[in-house]
Amino acid sequence: MLKIDARKRLAEFEWQGRLEIRPGVTALFGQSGAGKTSLVKMVAGLLAPDEGEIAIGGTCVFASREGLNLPPERRPVGVVFQDGRLFPHLSVRGNLQYGRPRGSRSAPALEEVVELLELEALLGRRPMSLSGGEQQRVAIGRALLTAPDVLLLDEPLAGLDGERRGEVLGFLERLKRDSDRIIVYVTHRLEEVVRLADRLVLIDRGEVRSAGGLQDLLGRPELQAVIGQRTAGALLRCRIEQIDDGDGLSRLSCSGHTLFLPRLDLQAGSEGADIVLQVRAGDVSLSLEPPRRSSVLNVMSGTVERVVQEDGALANVVVNVGQTLWARVTRRSVRELGLSPGAEVYATIKAASLYSAD
Amino acid sequence: MTPVWEIAALSLKVSLWAVACSLPVGIACAWVLARCRFPGKILLDGLVHLPLVTPPVVVGYLLLIVLGRNGWLGRLFHDWFGVTFTFTWKGAAVAAAVMAFPLMVRAIRLGIESVDRRLEEAARTLGATPTRSLFTVTLPLAAPGLLTGALLAFARCLGEFGATITFVSNVPGQTRTLPLAIYTLLQTPEGETAAAWLAGVSLALAIVALAASELAARAVRRRLN
Repeated sequence: MLKIDARKRLAEFEWQGRLEIRPGVTALFGQSGAGKTSLVKMVAGLLAPDEGEIAIGGTCVFASREGLNLPPERRPVGVVFQDGRLFPHLSVRGNLQYGRPRGSRSAPALEEVVELLELEALLGRRPMSLSGGEQQRVAIGRALLTAPDVLLLDEPLAGLDGERRGEVLGFLERLKRDSDRIIVYVTHRLEEVVRLADRLVLIDRGEVRSAGGLQDLLGRPELQAVIGQRTAGALLRCRIEQIDDGDGLSRLSCSGHTLFLPRLDLQAGSEGADIVLQVRAGDVSLSLEPPRRSSVLNVMSGTVERVVQEDGALANVVVNVGQTLWARVTRRSVRELGLSPGAEVYATIKAASLYSAD
Repeated sequence: MTPVWEIAALSLKVSLWAVACSLPVGIACAWVLARCRFPGKILLDGLVHLPLVTPPVVVGYLLLIVLGRNGWLGRLFHDWFGVTFTFTWKGAAVAAAVMAFPLMVRAIRLGIESVDRRLEEAARTLGATPTRSLFTVTLPLAAPGLLTGALLAFARCLGEFGATITFVSNVPGQTRTLPLAIYTLLQTPEGETAAAWLAGVSLALAIVALAASELAARAVRRRLN
């Protein structure tokens, strides 16, 4: 358990928050400049809070009252920075071997980490000659080899293009499966959150707005406020069943529902892999009966969880279809269909409006 | 008159010792100036730069007061380590080191300042103590600056005149380095030809040092990229 209860005056606002983070992947989500990196630095020991306490697994690493402030090298914390920060004068092997294990767990063998992150071919190379994705893989391996109790990933994919992001995401998913440590994943991209995180902490201007399970938080209006109305919508975690069903459509399963969308740009053989779909709230319509003789291919039955009235003519309806789905409809429809929490509805989404968020 | 090669060898010996002994102090000073914040830093900065703006004769005179046979530090060195500076090549090395110190510190400081502090932070999060981070990250990455500092200081030492002649006089075989020998020859009737030779040797040494510095800097930069 990582416990943070700290206050820190920053340039633009004051960081003030109390958090308890359990083993597994917790995403710290918020816009740029929300204070996410400051939090990472405070946990790692690179920035001292003005006041408060930070404890890792029952051991205090910072306590302003006792004047305790362990230096970074004595905290069981590993950090993967946004910019990699590999040592340019050392080879990949030298970078991997630089760290010193701290903390309570035993360090993995170099070969193990090299295998997990597929670094074998890179060992003799210099960081400057690596691609961005390769650099981040090495940075992740370097942090893992210090056997940290807490692994902080500070926007590790921010500097990468879409393809490289996907590559590193795959490795992070593998890492998540093999480990029971506390992983804190900082990001401002919701699709990464949906793919990796078990829990979500929402941060806005130095404050913890809410914290909890992923699916629960994805349905809350405050999240919509943070990510902005325009891109607002839901992200659905799906499994690929078939890349091409003969009509140029890909078939996915999503919490027991079947979804179709224009053929995914993926190699054959990707069946069984997880994927995150972005569904804009404006592309979802609701009806009380399953539509018949309709052009819409995707129909998901669910229950209305919440109705969030907006100013003007529109409202957002949160529907639980096994996962959280947002529908942006008119207030008139809400009134005429009697949409209120508990109502059984059918959500329809055009195949043409679905796309992969990766 | 002492043979040319002996004078050149003495000059090299004095300069090498001067650089070798002042380099650790120079690195420490440069690191403090580049990375630490404390009240009175401006005073340290000023003190380091003092030899650059003070007349060399004055520096020599101050050295005489402090490190001379009756100076407090000079007596201490004599009684504890049996080291005498007055009229010896060791004194000449001290004078050269002091005069070259500002140049050395400036170059090394620039080198250290050019190292991304975020790499030092990364080292700390990987379990490195500040000392280990200094020796395994900061200094290797500041190597070009270290090299430039050492070579600049070396070249400055080879040319040292004023502080040396004031502090340790002009003793053949001990403190008569190339510049002092040239000066002496020019004071002697018909010494001009020999002086010209020595001037040529000085010039050659300077060029060799410059070339070596450039080559080494290139090699280091290639290693880093």
